[in-house]
Amino acid sequence: MSGFVLDEYDPGGFYCEMLRCAATAELRDRLARLPIAEFKRRAEGAEQALYRLGITFTVYSDSQAIDRILPFDAIPRVLPSAEWDLIERGVVQRVTAINLLLDDLYQHQKIFKDRVLPPDLILGNPNWRPPMCGFKVPHNAYVNICGTDIVRDDKGVFRVLEDNARTPSGVSYVIENRHMMLRSFPDLADEIGLRSVEEYGMRLVAAMREIAPAGRPDPKIVLLSPGTYNSAYFEHVFLAREMGVPLVEGRDLLVEDDRVYMRTTGGKARVDVIHRRINDDFLDPEVFRPDSALGVRGLMRAYFAGNVALANAIGTGVADDKAVYAYMPRIVRYYLGEDAILDNVETNICREPAALRYTLDNLDRLVVKPVGEAGGYGITIGPHATRAELEECRAKLVADPANYISQPCINLSVSPTLVDGAVAPRHVDLRPFAITGENTWVLPGGLTRVALRRGSLVVNSSQGGGSKDTWVLE
Amino acid sequence: MARFVERAENLARILEVHETYARDRNGARDWYAIVQLNADEESFSAKHRATTARNVIAFYLTDQENPTSIVSAIRNARENARTVRPLVSTEMWVQLNVFYNRLAAIDDRELTRGGLSRLLTEIKEGCELFTGVTEGTFYRDQAWFFYRIGRYIERADQTTRLLDSKYYVLMRDASAANVVNTGQWLALLRAASGYHAFRLLHQSDLTPWRVAAFLLFNPSFPRSVLLCLKEIDAAVSGLKSRYNLRGGNDVAEGLDQLRAILGTRSIEQVLAEGLHEFIDFIQRYLIAITDRLGAAFFGHPPVETAPWQGAELWPPYPAPEPDSLQIQTPA
Repeated sequence: MSGFVLDEYDPGGFYCEMLRCAATAELRDRLARLPIAEFKRRAEGAEQALYRLGITFTVYSDSQAIDRILPFDAIPRVLPSAEWDLIERGVVQRVTAINLLLDDLYQHQKIFKDRVLPPDLILGNPNWRPPMCGFKVPHNAYVNICGTDIVRDDKGVFRVLEDNARTPSGVSYVIENRHMMLRSFPDLADEIGLRSVEEYGMRLVAAMREIAPAGRPDPKIVLLSPGTYNSAYFEHVFLAREMGVPLVEGRDLLVEDDRVYMRTTGGKARVDVIHRRINDDFLDPEVFRPDSALGVRGLMRAYFAGNVALANAIGTGVADDKAVYAYMPRIVRYYLGEDAILDNVETNICREPAALRYTLDNLDRLVVKPVGEAGGYGITIGPHATRAELEECRAKLVADPANYISQPCINLSVSPTLVDGAVAPRHVDLRPFAITGENTWVLPGGLTRVALRRGSLVVNSSQGGGSKDTWVLE
Repeated sequence: MARFVERAENLARILEVHETYARDRNGARDWYAIVQLNADEESFSAKHRATTARNVIAFYLTDQENPTSIVSAIRNARENARTVRPLVSTEMWVQLNVFYNRLAAIDDRELTRGGLSRLLTEIKEGCELFTGVTEGTFYRDQAWFFYRIGRYIERADQTTRLLDSKYYVLMRDASAANVVNTGQWLALLRAASGYHAFRLLHQSDLTPWRVAAFLLFNPSFPRSVLLCLKEIDAAVSGLKSRYNLRGGNDVAEGLDQLRAILGTRSIEQVLAEGLHEFIDFIQRYLIAITDRLGAAFFGHPPVETAPWQGAELWPPYPAPEPDSLQIQTPA
């Protein structure tokens, strides 16, 4: 094989993150001088290193559990400072609005009275948590860690696709991808003005301290994981180490007199803040699912007594619901009196008859998503679907319209990606991570996921997606 | 033997961290810092005109003529092992032998960008393998104690050098606390394999002086100066109690003094009096300890007056009361 990395690359009609961006000129130059054979060898080395480091997630299919690495593509995705500035401001605005929304929903519900949001959308939502009503969280920070999924359309416009306000994962890959990139391709990053991602652990700890119960000057923080069988266990270990806090499972904690303790070799130790990576309904069998073996009995009593902080707070799942998402531009305007900095993707809420009719009439041009699912499951992409798949989708829509939204099919931007020995355009998205305590801070960059299958728009790791290092330039 | 392997391991770690993490805000890496760290300005400039990454890496990795290169260190370790071959285990000898042959055969292409990180990881693992093989196979007689003394003296010395290399940055940052280049300090911690240990101790605030305090005074971190001194002390005591080797009495006295000084100094005091001077002071003690050990046990002529013999004690460090051996860490 001869030639250099970008020789054969042609993005076709898509918006290319590399070629359409003036700030990548220096990187393009370096890639253009890098022989593709060497590039491949180094990229393979990087993937082997990911295996060696055990940076894997587990895919469960039928009876098998397979450890996989999130495939790592070594051509970085670049965001110049002006674009990043827009994203950063947009994410901060959105997280602020979501926290104001949650505070309102669990306190006064003014937004219902002002008829901005239909009450049944919230009150009938499986993630609505009535026990939270009337309970205040420090700094009104319900969503302490938020992952905002952003895509870019064929005009280069950034649009929010989804908010992840429960337990968004993936930040460990952001940091590990950077390490991998600097190890295998240190020359690409030389003197290019790359913003660091090293601060994340420290920022997270600082936010956890800010939300700790009052009167606990040196709060004890722990990270609560469902355990080694969880597909994101690697990330839990990673974060606990970056934060310098103990990694615990439910059985390591106990509640006495509405206080939370950790079992240690030296006896019980008081716990003040729990960064939990377990969903609400598994947290406390006393209040939520009685069959949960992952949670801690009595945790909610301690929480509502104000003796322990949880991050994220309970009940944030109503805010990142795909149906509520459609109302986000109005929610931003309602609470902040300003327009959303980052646009939504236009969304049809199929619970509304007109939207359902429109969706059914244009099924072959739309993306249909169930509102309750995560991980890209249950999505039908009209233009890519077979006739049979469309008919199946139609039947589901008619049977339970309230469970679906539909959106126009966006031609996601592409980024040059090494696939099967050649560099080809592949669709990408972006998930920046925002940390909120007293204020909101956004990690420069975020997780760029890439759909490795040709033409595929689904970037989820469980659906054959990979990731790239995301470079925010000074 | 132990010192040389320890030195090679530290150098590999420093080069790897430099290659990957130690960048300034704009992403540039100052390779000359490594030359300065090893006080090799003269010998480096005698061989190379430019301080390019390639020159510095070749100088410290594969240059057989440079006595401070990794390949020289392992060659020396192997030569040492050959001299005391009847004392070392066959496994130790084989490992060093194979390791040296591997290093001597490094292909220039492995030094190119992208392959370097992997090569350095391999070298680090080779050194760690030697340490592990030694732990598992070395007969615990006098030689074992000398081995440990050598290893920990070298380790303490390397830690002080590493810290000293960031001295100027530290002083600048300490006076203008808002311009701390976090990346450089994280890189320093990674170079000492102390990143996660430090995190456990200080979760949210990474200040330069906390890093300095950690590397100097932490009682549990395997590369802190204090812990190294404790290990040296234990080995010297072992020689005395188990083998009745009293030649170490003089050294033990110096060690006691140095440990006491480290144990009672707070980092604020050290910074106020000058970190560089403090490090220099520790290094002089370490050199004198080595010197005295050579004189006491191996018939080497002593070349220096030990600092603890009163001739030239650096002014701010009078020997504290023996019972004040307490570790102070800043609040």
